[in-house]
Amino acid sequence: MHHNRLIAKRLFLSILLSAVFSIGNGLLAQDGKALFQANCASCHNPVKALTGPALKGVTERVPDSKLLHSWIRNNQAVLASGNKYFNDLYASYNKTAMNLFTTLTDPEIDAILKYVNDYKEPVQAGPTPGAPAQEGDNSLLYGILTLILAVIMLTLVQVNSNLKKLSDDKEGIPAMEPIPFYRNKVYITFVILILFVVGGFYVVEGAIGLGRTKNYQPEQPIYYSHKVHAGTNQISCLYCHGGAWESKHAAVPSLNVCMNCHAAINEYKGEKLFRENGEEVNGTAEIQKLYAHAGYDPKMGKYTSAGTPVEWTKIHNLPDHVYFSHAQHIRAGKVQCQTCHGPIQEMNEVKQFADLSMGWCINCHRNSKVNFPDSAGNNGNKFYSIYEKFHKDLQPGDSITVEKIGGTECQKCHY
Amino acid sequence: MSDKKYWQTFGEHSNSEAFQEAAANEFREDLPVEGLDSTGLLDAKTPRRDFLKYLGFSTAAAALAASCEIPVKKVIPYVNKPENTIPGVADYYATTFQSGGDLVSVVAKVRDGRPIKLEGNELSSITKGGTSARVQASVLDLYDTARLRHPKQSDGNSFQEVTSLEAFDQLAATALGSLGGAPLVILTGTITSPTTKEIISQFLAKYPGSRHVQYDADSYSGMLLANEAAYGKKAIPSYQFDKAKVIVSLGADFLGTWLSPIEFARQYAAGRRVTDKNAEMSRHYQFESLLSVTGGNADKRFTLRPSETGPLALALLAELGGPVSAPALDGRLKSAVQLAAKDLSAAKGSALVVCGSNNPHVQLIVNAINEAIGANGTTINWAAPVLWRQGLDAEMSSLVADMDGGKVGALLVYGANPAYDYYDADKFRAAIKKVKTTISFNDRLDETTELCKYILPAPHFLESWGDAEPKTGYFSFMQPTIAPLFKTRSFEDSLLKWSGATDTYEAYFKAYWTAKLGGIDGYEKALQDGVVEPAAPSTGGAPFSSAKVSEAAAAIGSMKKGGAYELALYQKVSMGTGKQANNPWLLELPDPITKATWDNYAVVSPKYARDNWHIDLGDRRQADKFEVHPDRQVVSVKVGGKEITLPALVVPGVHDEVIGIAVGYGRQSANKDNTADYIGKAVVGAGRNAFPLATFNGLTVEWSAPEATCETTKEFYQVAQTQTHSNYEGRTEAVKELTLEDFKKSPDEILNEREEELKPYGGLKSFTEQGTLYGVYDKPGIHWGMSVDMNSCVGCGACVVACHAENNVSVVGKKEVLRYHDMHWLRIDRYFSGNLQEADSIQTVFQPMLCQHCDNAPCENVCPVSATNHSSEGLNQMAYNRCIGTRYCANNCPFKVRRFNWADYTGADSFPDNQNGIISDATMMMNDELPRMVLNPDVTVRSRGVMEKCSFCVQRLQEGKLKAKKADRPLKDMEDVRTACQQACPTEAIVFGNANDKESRIRQTRLENEGRLFYALEELHVLPNVNYLAKIRNTDVIQGKAGEKKEETAEKKA
Repeated sequence: MHHNRLIAKRLFLSILLSAVFSIGNGLLAQDGKALFQANCASCHNPVKALTGPALKGVTERVPDSKLLHSWIRNNQAVLASGNKYFNDLYASYNKTAMNLFTTLTDPEIDAILKYVNDYKEPVQAGPTPGAPAQEGDNSLLYGILTLILAVIMLTLVQVNSNLKKLSDDKEGIPAMEPIPFYRNKVYITFVILILFVVGGFYVVEGAIGLGRTKNYQPEQPIYYSHKVHAGTNQISCLYCHGGAWESKHAAVPSLNVCMNCHAAINEYKGEKLFRENGEEVNGTAEIQKLYAHAGYDPKMGKYTSAGTPVEWTKIHNLPDHVYFSHAQHIRAGKVQCQTCHGPIQEMNEVKQFADLSMGWCINCHRNSKVNFPDSAGNNGNKFYSIYEKFHKDLQPGDSITVEKIGGTECQKCHY
Repeated sequence: MSDKKYWQTFGEHSNSEAFQEAAANEFREDLPVEGLDSTGLLDAKTPRRDFLKYLGFSTAAAALAASCEIPVKKVIPYVNKPENTIPGVADYYATTFQSGGDLVSVVAKVRDGRPIKLEGNELSSITKGGTSARVQASVLDLYDTARLRHPKQSDGNSFQEVTSLEAFDQLAATALGSLGGAPLVILTGTITSPTTKEIISQFLAKYPGSRHVQYDADSYSGMLLANEAAYGKKAIPSYQFDKAKVIVSLGADFLGTWLSPIEFARQYAAGRRVTDKNAEMSRHYQFESLLSVTGGNADKRFTLRPSETGPLALALLAELGGPVSAPALDGRLKSAVQLAAKDLSAAKGSALVVCGSNNPHVQLIVNAINEAIGANGTTINWAAPVLWRQGLDAEMSSLVADMDGGKVGALLVYGANPAYDYYDADKFRAAIKKVKTTISFNDRLDETTELCKYILPAPHFLESWGDAEPKTGYFSFMQPTIAPLFKTRSFEDSLLKWSGATDTYEAYFKAYWTAKLGGIDGYEKALQDGVVEPAAPSTGGAPFSSAKVSEAAAAIGSMKKGGAYELALYQKVSMGTGKQANNPWLLELPDPITKATWDNYAVVSPKYARDNWHIDLGDRRQADKFEVHPDRQVVSVKVGGKEITLPALVVPGVHDEVIGIAVGYGRQSANKDNTADYIGKAVVGAGRNAFPLATFNGLTVEWSAPEATCETTKEFYQVAQTQTHSNYEGRTEAVKELTLEDFKKSPDEILNEREEELKPYGGLKSFTEQGTLYGVYDKPGIHWGMSVDMNSCVGCGACVVACHAENNVSVVGKKEVLRYHDMHWLRIDRYFSGNLQEADSIQTVFQPMLCQHCDNAPCENVCPVSATNHSSEGLNQMAYNRCIGTRYCANNCPFKVRRFNWADYTGADSFPDNQNGIISDATMMMNDELPRMVLNPDVTVRSRGVMEKCSFCVQRLQEGKLKAKKADRPLKDMEDVRTACQQACPTEAIVFGNANDKESRIRQTRLENEGRLFYALEELHVLPNVNYLAKIRNTDVIQGKAGEKKEETAEKKA
């Protein structure tokens, strides 16, 4: 008995331990991916050489983990120490300096390296077959149903009137001269009423929608694919649109930001790109357009002229009397870019996702919670501490909405 | 006689019929509906059919317009983004305001490459972050449409463009090379820049016999000479008004225009900051001929003729025991002198006397007075002399004589405009024609430049490198905040080039300061800070020599006595000497005293009006004759053969026998028709030039003339005054005032008064709840509040212009001001009290009036479309796009702070016919592309038919809150959020912040000053978020409280 208990205990412990380890591993790998994307992805890919070399197998190439760690933290020091491998590498990448990551801890670096070594290139699958048809769009079905019902109703009405006529004949009530339906006042009134309601609905709808440009998808001077950059290559939005962190404008990046990576990436080898009209796009040729604007000669690897700015077509336009700040939403409000811009990482050519109407803004302000500290460990933004009492009084245990602290007042956006 | 104790206009004073009628009409005129003649809407022909036609047409037009394609907008990023620039985030660069000799350290706000606002540099120990109206407005000068866009040369009749700077250099080299030994003169305003001075002397070294003449339009030669005689230094000391318990000013407008008004206003306010616990303040005597801003703030004010300044100074010195005998003065002034002398000698060592006269003899006597009261070394600091006025009138006079005699081969003019502002400009104009080579570096074709042969415009200070030394040992730096807009080159660069140096001025400047400041780090820190100052400021006196005192006394004794009328020239706070004349913000800034815009005029006393026009302004009916119409009697003022005609304005508190005229107006090209193109569109028709009326006494130019005649002509001229409209309809005064003694005796007087008044509505404590039918709401989170200390506010108007710049407030032009359409969000109400026949009795109070952001706002309730409503932060919000222009809100606002866009002042409508013929040229100028660069991109530009008003700078509040959020911390008081008016104020009269924050300065201010705190028109229960702190006067009687009795007796006497 005792023996059995011991076995059970050991078994339990080992199961527990292995469970803990596997969870731990999972966490580590998870962290590795996040860390990689936050710190490394703008210059490195595990399997492709970008601004920096492909990283998969780096632990085999540099077996000395201590050296590798110190290289990642402070590559300048390693270069200065005269390490041959790294100096050669440095030279082969046009002496492009690598950023310093002095704050990364050993476990964090290990996590990144683990993620890199375990990385498998995602299978390039076409659109998933049998994906559910567009959800929620049942209007056609409803339309057909309505039409069928209307026909049935019309038939029944006709049948009813025929029956009435028959019974009237039987009872000897003189029949009235039959009126064709197109002169029937009831019908005419009915049709006019329907036309008025439907017409009115579309007129009002149209009037409200004047100047709104949902689904606006202009052709841009350079075929720049957010899908390739933010989707496939997982570059953080803020790497290019850094303004969103600091300023009211997210800002289109200047060409020197593009050239950070494209000085090294001069051809496109990913999956085929198509315009909306089905025309195929030569990615490499588009990169050449960038070089032309930046004044960069890829053959010489040098900037040969001052360059000219790219005149992009602006897609998201707010009226002039609206003061919208990206920093407020991204940084203080912790709103995801996709909330307003849609699945940008899946768009080859950017399309306006939301209608950017005032009603749309207000709805979000009514539903969004203020970024207070919560029990889930979110520290919140300390600015809102002045509303703490208000917050606790109003809805204990829950957060209050932006509207409750004045988020729908005129002068929050119009001044 | 009415029971009005404080009044803004003569009509209000006498409660005349026209005034009553005007008070009942919120808007003087109906909406301009075209094509209706005077018949009115109902009597018009076929109004219904027309209405339907218009309706149909506009619907069709709107449908057509709407179906047009939405314009495609481009977004163009940098090719190479400068490292620290983020589009949409403002950068701030420290630099230095420079105009005439005036120097103010400022910080320029640069948004996406354009400087759009100037703030004071708080690191400067001179101005400590204060600014003036002129400093605030100078950012607009950068975008002045009249600035020269390229170098020019004259062929005698017209000006041709010189296509390149190199070509100009060649022209200059040829011209300067053929002087044949004749001396070259560089004529500038006062230059304090160490590098510029060095460059000038290097350049002059190449031309033997040449010299540099500094010339100031507002000359301080008198002081410079007197100080040389008394202290052996041709310099001006620093004054320390904060250390003075008794201040006596003999005609020096030191809070408005004299020497260093920003610095002095700050010191003055510091010496007069009263709290409930600390009720001590300085006492200020003002002796002056006209009513100045400084006089308006004085505790005791006495009027005198300009010619009496010298004798009065002598009498004061004699009274203080000086070695002179007192001349005869009339009894009133005699007792005033005794009073002042008593206070001065009681406060020995902490007293100060300043004098605005430019007569060296008078200034020498003032020096002796200051010596007698122990000011030298205490309130007068010789350790850091002021350097920004160095011009000597005698030097200028001999230069003009030399030019006239053909003794000058070449004249290089930079920053000086003697053809306009020299007392004998005619002579200068004749003399400059005899100079062979003339080169001007001025920024436009001004009166002097158009007489020059070669013109190479220098860039604006916001486009330049440079340095300045406002006081010895105190340096202030300039750096470009924008690339030069036009083909200009700095004066220094040109001189360097022409003296054969290969360095640019930028390199020269960098090398000079890098060496001086011990390396590149020091240089960069200096540029970042904008100032370099001594670590420990020192105070000290200078040895005084009384050798020349008796000589000066004798000279004063033999001065000419005045005739029937005397002339006094003065500077307006807004315009100064006219260096920034083409600045619509300044032209539209109401004068602090007269509230007149766009013009200068002859200031006369009420007695003058009675004697010459037979109008008694104290009389109910007669006041209307003067006041109802803006047409002012034109007078012709003659001084020694020179004459100017201009309208006359009656101002209480002006000496009965003095005519005052402001300089700085009446800019005009030689050919009148060129003025708009050469000097600027806004100056056309703006006043008359009064500089020719100044007199030269052989040593200095004096801004007064003992004998002047002033004849009434038959003509009338319209002067656009604000504040003759929008009044409080006879409601209790919105200002409160106490004497220092009363305040010390019963600090709760105002508190008790308020309690008494509100008693029927629950008293002070429960007035909020019981005074209303409406519910009372919680105010969680932020509650914005503002406190305005009327004891600190000097009425200078810096806040008004700052508000213009920050909030894109439009300039409406003179014609529209005449129709009461001015747009100032913030105005400074000026109240008079006292007996208007007795100039010495007039007391003036300034009250900045802006939207009070009432928590129970009357405007909000009457808006039919809810375009104005209340925010949870206590703001009275205005949503322009909702406003349909009913103007009910303005009608219902008890403070009259709402402003309606009667016309399309900003060009926002895109229909040019909404502007043609309605908008003045000056306003149209503001719509040009260039001046529009000054617009703040964070504030909507309002269009026609929309109501607007103070928003508490909501764009700054939003930005400040975001700054705190980004830093993940609560709002920092006084740091994250400041309104434009608060930041511009040189005296810190305005405090703003979150009143819910217990630590905030606004909360503290309200707690510490309970005794002085009041709300304007509190009894209306509008619950303003702006409070005022009562004015305390260190005197015996408050005229506004003395009641009508005294006035009546005085009237009988008169």
